[in-house]
Formats: sequence, C-alpha cells, structure tokens
Amino acid sequence: MMFDTSVQELKYKVLREVARLAFEDRLEEGLLGIAETIVPGPLPTMRCCIYKERAIVNERVKFAMNNGKTNNVIEVLPIACDECPVDGIQVTQACRGCIAHRCMNACPKDAIKIENHKAVIDKSKCVECGRCLAACPYSAIVKSERPCVRACKPKAISIDENRCAKIDDEKCIACGACVYQCPFGAISDKSYILDTIEMLKNSEDNTKYNVHAVVAPSISGQFSVPLGKVVSGLKKLGFRSVMEAALGADMVAFKEASELVEKGFLTSSCCPAFVTYIETQFPDMKDKISHNLSPMAEIAKYMKNHEPNCKIVFIGPCTAKKAECKKETVSPYIDNVITFEELQALFDARDIVLEGLESEPLDNASYYGRIFARSGGLSDAVAQALKEMDIPDDVFKLKAAVCDGIDNCRTALLKAQKGVGGENFIEGMACVDGCIGGAACLTHGPKDKLAVDKYGKEAAEKSIRDAIFVLEL
Amino acid sequence: MNVYVCVGSSCHLRGSYKIIELMKENIEKNHLEDKVNLSAAFCLGKCTTGVTIKVDDEVVCGVSPENFSEIFGKYVMEKVQA
Repeated sequence: MMFDTSVQELKYKVLREVARLAFEDRLEEGLLGIAETIVPGPLPTMRCCIYKERAIVNERVKFAMNNGKTNNVIEVLPIACDECPVDGIQVTQACRGCIAHRCMNACPKDAIKIENHKAVIDKSKCVECGRCLAACPYSAIVKSERPCVRACKPKAISIDENRCAKIDDEKCIACGACVYQCPFGAISDKSYILDTIEMLKNSEDNTKYNVHAVVAPSISGQFSVPLGKVVSGLKKLGFRSVMEAALGADMVAFKEASELVEKGFLTSSCCPAFVTYIETQFPDMKDKISHNLSPMAEIAKYMKNHEPNCKIVFIGPCTAKKAECKKETVSPYIDNVITFEELQALFDARDIVLEGLESEPLDNASYYGRIFARSGGLSDAVAQALKEMDIPDDVFKLKAAVCDGIDNCRTALLKAQKGVGGENFIEGMACVDGCIGGAACLTHGPKDKLAVDKYGKEAAEKSIRDAIFVLEL
Repeated sequence: MNVYVCVGSSCHLRGSYKIIELMKENIEKNHLEDKVNLSAAFCLGKCTTGVTIKVDDEVVCGVSPENFSEIFGKYVMEKVQA
C-alpha cells in the first residue's frame, strides 16, 4: 500500500474518482456513481453496512470538491465520527491493590480513594492531570482520550452534545494532525483539486497561459520512484514546469537572517500553522513573527513578477498551506495548493504510471533550501546565511530553539515570553519532525528524513548565495 | 533589449549559471548596461536543448561557453548596434 493507513487510501480513492470525472468533463453525471464505485458491496468492509459506507463516501466527495459547511480547510465529517468513548482516567483490572498507594499520594485533588484494597477515582474531583498514571508501578491506570483531541495541541477539538467531534475554527491552526490521527477518518482537509484541474484544462496545454508546479522539498521521500519520474509525471499531467519551493527557502534563509540581525529576536515564518498558532495563542508575540513570506510564497512571487499571467500550484505535505494561500499577502502569488495525497490521486486519475516514465531533472535550490523540509533545517540554513553574509559571532550569534510539534513550540514560546533560555530565534514547525511529518504526506517515517538529507546533498549548488544569485539579476 | 537566461532545472544542470556570468561579463565589457536588461527565466520550454536564452522574443537554444561569443555577437551585439 502506498499509504500509512486505510483511511488515507479511502480519501485518495474518492479524490481519484472525482478527479477522473473532472478531467473527463463528466463530473455532474458521474457524481452519484462514485460511492458505488468505491463501495461495490455486497458486504461492508469498514462499517456496519455498505449504505453507511456509501453515505460516508458521499460526504467525502463533497470535501473533495471543497464543498463543506465552514470556511476552515479542516472539517469534521459527522457521519464518519464513531463517537469514541471519553472515559478519561480509569483504574483497570491490573490494579493489584498494593499497600503503597502511590496513585493516591500523587493525586493533587484527593480524587483517589482505596475501596476493597483497590484504587477508585472520584470523577467529580479528577482533573485528568495524569500524575496517578505516572505513579502506578503496575501501569494499572490508563487515560483514554479521543485520538483527535489528543492530536490537537492547540486544543481546538471538543465533543458536542451528540458525542461528535467539534472543531473550534478560531483555535484551529489547520495543521491537520487530527486528520492524520483520527482512526475513523472522521476529520478531513477539503480539497482544491478541481481548481487545479480547471487551471490545467483552461490553459489548453499551456498555450493560453502557463501552469507551473512548485513542489515542497519533502517530496523527496514520498513517491516510491526517483523524484525525476515525479517531475515527468507532473509535466504529463499538464504542468509547464516544476520548480523547487526550496529555492524560495534559500531566499527566505537570507532574508530571515537579515531580519534576525536587525531585530535581535525572531520566530520563523515558514510554517503557516506555527504562525497561526502564535497569532491565536500568543498574540502579544505577534510582532516577533518574521515578516518574510514563506518559501512557497517567496518563490511564487519571483515567478509571478517574471510571468504575471502564469498560474502557480503549490504541491506539498501540508494542509495549513491551503489556509495560507488564502491570505492577502500570499494569494496574489499562489493560485492553488494541493497535497501529495491529492497529487497521487491526480496521477492515477490520468492513469499516469510513474515507474514507466523517463526521469527529468529538478535542480534549482541549494542543500540548505532543501533541508527546510525537516526539523532543524531552517536553523541550519539561517546559520549558513549569517556565515555567507560575513556576519561575525561578536556582531550576532545565532542561538536557535529548534521546535517540532506544537507542544515543543509552545514551550519555546513560553520561555521566550518570560525572557528565559537566551534563544534568539525560534524555528517552529507544527508537525513532529517538520514538514516530512506533514498530515498530507503519503508516508511518514524515519526514512523520509534520510531522503531529505540525501536530496539536499544532491543539489548542484552548495551554498545559498550560489543558488539565489540568479534571482538577483 | 531584454535578455533572459533559463534557470529551470535542465538548463541549470547544463550550465546556465555559467552563461549568466558570461552574459554579465560581456555586457559590462561592451558597456551595454543601459541597453541590455538581463534577467532569469525559469523555463523557456526547451528543456532538452538547453542552455536556452531568449533575446526579446527570439528563443535561442544550445548556448554553451564554447559558442557563447558567437551567440553574443550575433544575437546581442549586432542587434544592439543595428
């Protein structure tokens, strides 16, 4: 299977069928048949019956067509939510009825009593702090939490009166962690593939205007074939050219380094979910956010300046980029955002078999731009930029807090807010491991980091300046 | 006059950055800074026959350090002086 989970596969199948119909101009007539194509029956494979499975597919079709009830790119599919139990902290059968009662002693709220030698939790007092879990030597106390709630670090997910997951759109940073973590696939990002397809079709083979793809460096480990074949595939799909977002990252590294030296403290601007997180949860630190565009927007801005009528589609691992492209500062440059999952669906909708294609080169960026895809890469690039700009340590010395995952970002932000730690740059990535851990990656795992580093080393240009000098003409 | 040098992946790997350097040098040497506007193009669509440049509306393929002088003379110098 090309995905980590069957949930991703289901989402992909829906996207693929919608894309196929759209490419063939048959979407309207074919819409009602999609559910039956994907769930042929007669026996159900995922849910209680094929009718529920088909109903869920139909809801997913709406999302594949960017047709939801909210403006947030992330939305709950109520019919797919299995209303997981929310029992909180519980003592299990494994409780041995010991006499030390570490759980009871650890509880700050006196919520644990010993009845018949066993621990019992008074739910009216328990605040679910989890200290009893850590204290029990038998691991006899467990915390059952909904995977979506656990995944959502900005605490935007709650449970509504029907026991269904509910997203607070004001708090949601669109990182997509819940999308990837919900085992029932009941939360999903909405898709703009129809816009991409329309852009490609209306370009009439790039004769009316050119459609360019900008790909995120995390693409390096995503497809089972060499990257050069993916580039060919993109051209077969109808893109005129393929550019590396990593070249935008090279540009950002220099700009970020300059702004950092000027201001003395900065938080990074590459990860849109991290930026939104600061804006919503640390509003007093908004002025610390780097004013630079993200690598995606930076390179697209350059391209649009050279070819104002072209269309640019960003292809990445990220659901938050779909929100970023609607921002006033970004929308003039990026026309559309799709994900690797969606790209796979587009390839298969056109029956493009990557294995059989010739490789085409992809080489715009430096090593440093490319390693932005993994946690720590941005800080390495900024350090390199300072070096290439000949800024000596006694003028400015980078002390970066490298954070992946919102929990780590939050810790670094709290420290910076209180003025402790001494870091002068926070590299924040909402996803664990950075973009290679993105919610819309086809696969997630240690091999992806290796792939990014390898791809970085293959770059023809070894320094940032060598990569961006051509853009400064 | 506008001169574009393709910096797309194929042309890049075929040495387009070198061509840009040569272009800059020759523009300077011939004092054409006011007359020739040099910039990068990210794909001129001739990926298999690069390095590709575009002089105003004319696309020229297969530019290399070896034939650079000839191409510069024919497509830039002659036209600027014309």
